[in-house]
Amino acid sequence: MSQRMPFPFSAIVGQDEMKLAILAAAVDPGIGGVLAFGDRGTGKSTTIRALAALLPDIPVVEGCPWRCDPGDAQALCEECRARQTRGPLRSRMAPVPVVDLPLGATEDRVVGALDIQRALAEGVKAFEPGLLARAHRGFLYIDEANLLEDHLVDLLLDVAASGENVVEREGLSIRHPARFVLVGSGNPEEGELRPQMLDRFGLSVEVTTPGDLPSRIEVIRRRDAYDRDPAGFVARWSGAEAELRGRILAARAGLHAVAVPEAAYERAARLCLALGTDGLRGELTLIRTGRALAALEGRGEVGDAELRRVAPPALRHRLRRNPLDEAVAGTRVERAIAELFGP
Amino acid sequence: MSRAGGPGGEGWPGATADTLPAEACSPWAEAVRVAALLAVDPTGLGGVSLRAMPGPVREAWLDLLRGLLPGDAPWRRLPLSVGDGRLLGGLDLAATLRAGRPVAERGLLAEADGGVLLPAMAERLPATTAAHLAAVLDSGEAVAERDGLALRAPARLALVALDEGLAPEETPPAALLERLAFRLDLHGIAPREAVGAAPEAAAVAAARARLPRVSVPEDVMQALCGTALALGIGSLRAPVLALRAARAAAALAGREAVAEADAALAARLVLAPRATRLPVEEEPAPDEPRAEEQTAEPPQQEQDLPDPRALQEILLAAAAAAVPPHLLDGLRPGAAARSPAPGKAGAQKASPLRGRPIGARAGEPRGGARLALVETLRAAAPWQRLRGRSGPRVELRKDDLRIRRFRQRSETATIFAVDASGSAALHRLAEAKGAVELLLADCYVRRDKVALLAFRGTGAELLLPPTGSLARARRCLAALPGGGGTPVAAALDAALLLADSVRRKGQSPLLVVLTDGRANVARDGSGGRARAEAEALAAARALRAAGVASVLVDVSPRPAENGRRLAAEMGARYLALPYADAVALSRAVKAEAA
Repeated sequence: MSQRMPFPFSAIVGQDEMKLAILAAAVDPGIGGVLAFGDRGTGKSTTIRALAALLPDIPVVEGCPWRCDPGDAQALCEECRARQTRGPLRSRMAPVPVVDLPLGATEDRVVGALDIQRALAEGVKAFEPGLLARAHRGFLYIDEANLLEDHLVDLLLDVAASGENVVEREGLSIRHPARFVLVGSGNPEEGELRPQMLDRFGLSVEVTTPGDLPSRIEVIRRRDAYDRDPAGFVARWSGAEAELRGRILAARAGLHAVAVPEAAYERAARLCLALGTDGLRGELTLIRTGRALAALEGRGEVGDAELRRVAPPALRHRLRRNPLDEAVAGTRVERAIAELFGP
Repeated sequence: MSRAGGPGGEGWPGATADTLPAEACSPWAEAVRVAALLAVDPTGLGGVSLRAMPGPVREAWLDLLRGLLPGDAPWRRLPLSVGDGRLLGGLDLAATLRAGRPVAERGLLAEADGGVLLPAMAERLPATTAAHLAAVLDSGEAVAERDGLALRAPARLALVALDEGLAPEETPPAALLERLAFRLDLHGIAPREAVGAAPEAAAVAAARARLPRVSVPEDVMQALCGTALALGIGSLRAPVLALRAARAAAALAGREAVAEADAALAARLVLAPRATRLPVEEEPAPDEPRAEEQTAEPPQQEQDLPDPRALQEILLAAAAAAVPPHLLDGLRPGAAARSPAPGKAGAQKASPLRGRPIGARAGEPRGGARLALVETLRAAAPWQRLRGRSGPRVELRKDDLRIRRFRQRSETATIFAVDASGSAALHRLAEAKGAVELLLADCYVRRDKVALLAFRGTGAELLLPPTGSLARARRCLAALPGGGGTPVAAALDAALLLADSVRRKGQSPLLVVLTDGRANVARDGSGGRARAEAEALAAARALRAAGVASVLVDVSPRPAENGRRLAAEMGARYLALPYADAVALSRAVKAEAA
């Protein structure tokens, strides 16, 4: 068994906020990434790795190295545009990539580089795509994001912001689309994340271990069952996984139909004002995540209930930070919510 | 196995000790038990942190473990200085040049698949190496993207972290300890005690075969979870590992189901060393564990199970008896152990030889500069045809050669030495704390490391080894008590020691001393102003000789000659802080750091 079956997403006990954030990002990639920071042994990596098996396949242009979306004429790469002039694009279904960025990855593997083998053997100047190309339209997962080398962080931020990877090296001049959802996890005890990087994540989740015995026992029980018989365990949960997958698909389809009333915009603006968050990114994320949540739960409108639930992950990393302030940022957000929305 | 009850299926002589109370077994017998359990389920249990100096006892234990593992199991030492390339796999230099195309080489992680990897001096393991090891323990795979290669190799292994730390805070990285089931301390075991009680390899092999069939009763699972919680263990990896240890113990004892004794052994070996508190007498009865809403999981709850809480009490008692006595003393807020990065003696200046790789440039690999092979091949590749290449040999020209460039991080570690003695505390401790907090905020902006030393009474104490976590520094500071004499000499000695270790890590130390300079306690802890002052000045001169950049902040209400003289001897910038002008202080320190 070379490839281990991941632990099913729906079998993860508790961690509602993290699951909510990841599902919201899966429904609307424009939310801009999820950061999960917290204690050890809380299942951060498990949850994110479980995502790969959960996500429904996506249509991609046949023969396109970047796996363009045939349904989105705006985002096509140059080759696909040329292809389109010759006739309708042929598409096939492919799994959503969830790409791991391992610590210690070198720059050439991340951005892509000259394919040495072909260059030496055939004398062809060919581009060998890197991790960024592979993560296009999917997720790029960085475990221990706070330990990532600074020069890689800069590079990722640049690409994540522009949605495009520009490679100028070894005589190659290549640009290709690289839109991906950045997912980071880490442990704050090992060092903090650079503020620029923090800001880049749409949602930030604080993960803690469940403190109550019954859910802890449930975690251990499921983990044990999975360890002993991965295939059987995954099969037992396949029904729940299929249902969740259906919800994601329905939410994606219904996302644009979700109404955002004027009152919700106002609520979001006031909340951000009360918390003194920098810029408009907070409000935008609040609304988008609220919309994704409403779509996931089959509601047609973003209301107070949605905003309340998404405000902590959408805002807690955007507060102007006093590094010595012990009060957890989440508490400040909750206080502001209680003041604005009532208890 | 059909002969489960036959010879070799009954466990080994030492296995009967699991029916004995914890006190009755010698430390060596305990160590043997750990080796046996680990040999039964090496990948499941993750491994052991083995605290011992190199010597016959450690060798005896390692030999024992090796003897119990399957004969063909790899056994690889991991040197502290291992590069990512060797650890994860990368380009095989010789083969690549020979073949004219990139040839991958397996890393140590892949080589150790199915066996044991032994990181030497694990207490100094750098965080990134620890992160790689942790990822491998989690996934059972070594994944790397480097040198133009994407490598993925199975690496299901156990770690034996050779921890040679002496001080309690010198431990392997927490990310690693977390994933290893056992912590074993062989200090205090004499070589002549390290004999006997070894199980037979055949018994362990039989247990390994039995392991998949061993079931865990519901009450045991609940009791282990409850015990972990009662001991204040947050991470859920702990009960998972305890469960696996219990299962291995049952397999070893020839049982098909985990019994109370197995669970007690697991609680003692796995949970006790992780305890952050001793169990409180009686907690309000938790709700009867209820099955969570499950869609696909068959119901597992039955009402007529034996009371898990009675079992939990037995496990708690077993674990509590084994909680190391010094463990809970160390649990001041924020005193969590951090492992220092590996020492790099002399790595102080920016150099083309070491540091963080930042790419390559044209140049010849001379004077110790390292050849960047991939970049060199890339540079040569487009010209091969022009150069008339025939056959697999790559035509290289001098111009193609690329060497690696490195950037040495010039990170500053600010060491705060705070006088918490009676004379200072009376007036100024609170204000000094305020000033230090402000400085800490600066350090945060600069992303410096900070360390905190406090001195009072008879000596100095390292409250916080260099860390990037400001929140922890602040907690330490807030909890700092005041009172007692002023042992300036001891404080400066400790600061010098710390500054030296900071330098060895390639960071530049900046010392900030907050004191009133009124030394009245000598190095040996005795009183007497004259001697204390003489010693303080001597210690100050040593700091100057070592060239440690420093600032002395005089916090006495009426700055007198003492502080000024001390600063002069230290070669420190002197700053009187007659008013709580934290802003001025922070400015002065910034100027010194720049």
